Amino acid sequence: MPHQIVVLSGKGGTGKTTLTGAFAALAGDAVLVDCDVDAPDLHLLLAPEGGEPQPFVGGVLPRIDAERCRRCGRCVGVCAFRALARDSSGAIVVDEVACEGCGLCAEVCAPHAIAMEDAVTGWWRRSRTRFGEMFHARMRPGAENSGKLVSLLRREAVEHARAQGRSMVLADGPPGIGCPVIASLSGADHVVVITEPTVAGVHDLRRLLSLACHFDVPGSVVVNKYDLNESVAEEVERVAASLGYEPAGRLPYDRRFTGAQIQGLTVPEAGPPELADRLREIWETVRHRIETPREAERRRLVLRPVAG
Amino acid sequence: MIVAVASGKGGTGKTTVSTNLARALAARTAVRYLDCDVEEPNGHLFLKPSLGPPHTIHRKVPVVDATACTGCGVCSDFCRFGAIAVMPNGPLVFPELCHSCGGCAMLCPSDAITEEDRPIGEVETGRSGDVAFVHGRLRVGEPASPPLIAAVREMIDPDAVNLLDAPPGVACPAVAALRGADFALLVTEPTPFGLHDLAIAAETTRELGVPFAVVVNRSDMGDGRVDDWCKTQGIEVLARFREDRRIAEATSRGDLAYDVLAHVRGGYDELGRLVVERASAARAGAGGR
Repeated sequence: MPHQIVVLSGKGGTGKTTLTGAFAALAGDAVLVDCDVDAPDLHLLLAPEGGEPQPFVGGVLPRIDAERCRRCGRCVGVCAFRALARDSSGAIVVDEVACEGCGLCAEVCAPHAIAMEDAVTGWWRRSRTRFGEMFHARMRPGAENSGKLVSLLRREAVEHARAQGRSMVLADGPPGIGCPVIASLSGADHVVVITEPTVAGVHDLRRLLSLACHFDVPGSVVVNKYDLNESVAEEVERVAASLGYEPAGRLPYDRRFTGAQIQGLTVPEAGPPELADRLREIWETVRHRIETPREAERRRLVLRPVAG
Repeated sequence: MIVAVASGKGGTGKTTVSTNLARALAARTAVRYLDCDVEEPNGHLFLKPSLGPPHTIHRKVPVVDATACTGCGVCSDFCRFGAIAVMPNGPLVFPELCHSCGGCAMLCPSDAITEEDRPIGEVETGRSGDVAFVHGRLRVGEPASPPLIAAVREMIDPDAVNLLDAPPGVACPAVAALRGADFALLVTEPTPFGLHDLAIAAETTRELGVPFAVVVNRSDMGDGRVDDWCKTQGIEVLARFREDRRIAEATSRGDLAYDVLAHVRGGYDELGRLVVERASAARAGAGGR
């Protein structure tokens, strides 16, 4: 089985995509996945080409047959999501954003006027990049089941890596700790958490690492912009280590990271060399841990925290 | 009045803008700050409110009375989320997959299913100076935040300016915060990632029928593409805040820039004035809903 690595952060905007792009360049032959299907950005660095967009059926939506509908309103009464309402003429209308697709309205409709139909809520595709194939997707705004789309992308990527004899699947994750993050994390072999030395970064890191422990995924921590506040940077690393997640390196507060992004390149490609070197050291540390996971695993099992 | 502070991309400064804006507005009007980023709430770190006791928020999940269950399978056939299964040795519920639609309990022919409350997080309220404070905190491991965001929104004060600090992105959690707002501020940064995600957020906000304007944070860190794009789209840029290491350092310590750095106050006072003006105009335009 290929190793599955996912880059997460808890707090948004701490450098997940910049780090993932760098890892993609340094790994050279990883199968790549953008698990942020809501606001994906990895393609801006990796310029994926080709691949037919595949529709993603994220759920079902009710379609009301106006001729059969007796306008009794039973469906409106049972909907827990307030997704059905009467319009000014008394006809029943569906709020597709509010609907979660449970199908209860169709079930209770006496004249069988409601049919649940597949809803295409996004697309996904397999494209080529200069560092290997990339699986990426885009969810329709406000659509349900982004976790299901993330799981599909990961499954396809792992399948592809196995078929091609590739050793690694590298994923850029979404922010937060909710359903798409859970879908990105569960079953991964290693999580790389990138955070900033801020009180918000520490707060969000604790919650994300609790989640990673809950799903039993070992990992490493990278502090971005460490020189913004070195005492908080140390606190970040202390907190992470106490939960069994060892530091893998630090990155400075440097506007040249943005320069690479503006060129549409990863930092190992665009430079500057001292930042590229730091990223290479971090990558080597992470790769070494993935290949020899025993020590980290042992520590993590001893230091299992209470989720909270 | 409801003003949502949102962004496609995370980490562009939603919480920085909304907490400083709350402080700036408090001098002129009643303000309530509501942190709707319940996965990773951060507003309390800067506003440091005195908080009352937490109020636990629940959602309904089924419980099956195994003695009454006949194993007919109506519930598991109905549930599209795979949250209830009938096994040879009895029924099984997977509460984290349940969407709380209530269908299984309603449809069970032998009335063997009732619903019980499952805690999904807490809502806390308090005050930070003149700013009324509300936030929600999702329990770690709980996948679905929208019901908790709805509970935070129930604390909206109709007589105040309500600043909703939204979660990043445009998926269901962000939409749960944005829907029904009178006005939205989309916070971005002038980078390719910032622009790409701003375009997605603008599209979503438009679809929701919420009028909006943009705040460009760290406005001198990247290039001019965000400004150019806003111009071609006819989107107003209400404020530009320059990259400022003193603000970044204050924020890293958990200090509210408005409280500790005198030079930032003018910008937030002006943004506050503009936001109230635009949101009032939007409300009037929407028929004063």
